[in-house]
Amino acid sequence: MIWVNVIIQGILVGGFYALFACGLSLMFGVLKVINLAHGDMAVVAAYVAVLLSPHLHIAPLWSFLVVVPIFGLLGYVLQRTLIQRSIDRDPFTTLLVTFGLSVVIENLLLELYTANGRTVNIGAIIAESWHPGSIVYISYVSLVVLAVAVLVLAVLQLFLSKSRTGRLVRAVADDREAAQLSGANYKHIFGIAAAIAFATVALAGIAYGMMTQFAPTSGGVNLLFAFEAVVIGGIGSLWGTLVGGIALGVAQQFGAHINPQYQVLAGNLLFLIVLALRPQGLFGKKTALA
Amino acid sequence: MSKSTTPRVESLSSVSIRRSTHSPVFTLIGSLIIIVLLSVAPWIAPAQVASTLMNFFILVIMATMWNLLAGYAGMVSIGQQAFVGLGAYATLYFALKGVNPFLTIPLAALATGAIAIPVTYLLFRLRGGYFAIATWVVADTAMLIIGTIAVLGGGTGRLMPGLENLSPSQTAHYSYLATWIVALIVVSGTYLLLRSRLGLVLASIRDNEVAARSAGANVRSARRTVYIIAAAGCGAAGAVLAISQPFIQPTNEFSMQWAAEMLFVSMIGGLGTIEGPIIGSIIFFVLQQSLQQQGVWYLIIFGVFAVAVALWQPKGLWGAFRSRFRSELLPVGHWVRRDQTLSESTDLHE
Repeated sequence: MIWVNVIIQGILVGGFYALFACGLSLMFGVLKVINLAHGDMAVVAAYVAVLLSPHLHIAPLWSFLVVVPIFGLLGYVLQRTLIQRSIDRDPFTTLLVTFGLSVVIENLLLELYTANGRTVNIGAIIAESWHPGSIVYISYVSLVVLAVAVLVLAVLQLFLSKSRTGRLVRAVADDREAAQLSGANYKHIFGIAAAIAFATVALAGIAYGMMTQFAPTSGGVNLLFAFEAVVIGGIGSLWGTLVGGIALGVAQQFGAHINPQYQVLAGNLLFLIVLALRPQGLFGKKTALA
Repeated sequence: MSKSTTPRVESLSSVSIRRSTHSPVFTLIGSLIIIVLLSVAPWIAPAQVASTLMNFFILVIMATMWNLLAGYAGMVSIGQQAFVGLGAYATLYFALKGVNPFLTIPLAALATGAIAIPVTYLLFRLRGGYFAIATWVVADTAMLIIGTIAVLGGGTGRLMPGLENLSPSQTAHYSYLATWIVALIVVSGTYLLLRSRLGLVLASIRDNEVAARSAGANVRSARRTVYIIAAAGCGAAGAVLAISQPFIQPTNEFSMQWAAEMLFVSMIGGLGTIEGPIIGSIIFFVLQQSLQQQGVWYLIIFGVFAVAVALWQPKGLWGAFRSRFRSELLPVGHWVRRDQTLSESTDLHE
């Protein structure tokens, strides 16, 4: 029974990793950009949610209704200015620029709001859980986050395959020049992809703030987990990211069960093993690596 | 990178190839003066200056190694703190075995270089951004593993043994000299390396990887060599760090701060030049010293500066200076020029 609990907790946390990672995956798939400030964007979103909700007279739980659109807009604007400018140089520059942004954001948050942990306060529901077995507790919040992750992935998948804009996004991702020749404005499409990525990472950041305490330095760790989920699942596969996130979550829970010190280490080791034995990931295509 | 049109080479005699833009004697004399001054600094300057200089040297070592990795071999790593930390812990390990801490520095460099070999076989499966984050996973894993080893102090840390018999001023002087010598070896070693055959291969990969491959350059093995050398260099930096700040703790030695500093410094000074990281380090220390009352603002300002440089002046400050004045202190490229018959310059740099 104890191992069942380990697996269930792993799946729950894996859903969160997938939610966190899908923006990263999308940015890489379409823009070919690794946003090293991805994790810090989530933390900024959580801070905005905490600081904004008293002013807007809304419960922190519903702050995402305001913060997520703001971040979508921010993503579009940042893409059309800073990120596009670095893409125009080379992929190398985008790494340096986003890493620079990451360090600047993290230290700015430290300077403005100290290293103290904060939470997005959603009241008593945080402690409540469903209790289906002797030692199995399923937190309602984690369950909702997992459901949101699946929903976001499904909507994203549907958007990319069914809508006109989604098909344009895929066309630009596959072959930018050919899409341009057919009349696609790739900079606008890039902006839309970045907007979606930022909106999902804002959602992930607020969810993180509801589940646990966050601090200015939380972004880095979560980016690491998100990245591991993407590589384990297979670069370029949305559902692969969910499976990768769950695999990572289960590995971490197994490690934590043996010794709390081994939680992150077990996840890292799973990542390194996948990299050694199946570098294209569980669901990835080999070509994605080149 | 060729700036002007390729000159048609009518006959070989009309082309001359030079490495330096000025007589190397000036560089040599200048370097000698600086080397002598910095070697006696702890005896003639206040202790505060010597300890700042020591931190400056550590940053120069790391930045020079990062620049070799990114600026010359095109690999962006944000996980070089793995090797800084492993170097520090190798020093601690050997010192616990009874080796004199100062003698452990070369051992630490060798050990980290050796650890880097299997790491390349994992990391080189990924490219670009994924490579970058994977280097970070490696650093995180190394930190977590070290944190579980009780003998090395676990997660809480441990004091470096073997330094108790020295007086505080002796410790300060010796660790200054050790740091300075390592910095000197790393910078001059990088200079010689880039003038060697490997340097030529790296330049050809940077300019055109496909052409370099077809001309027979073994890209992967060149990159692997550079990665191992950069790891060993960062290991040496970690070793001198462990001696100068002898309380060894995983979160300090494996700090992401090292990666941020080496990256910013190289970017601002100029990637792909030997002088760049040194100039970037000077700017960093001036900024840090003048803003040290203001918390981490120096890092924020420096980061914004680095991003601006990457976007608008990607060759960095030294790169901009070099292309404006066509002058170099430590030339590693080649200047191909036609003989005086042409008034207009047709230089092909590197």
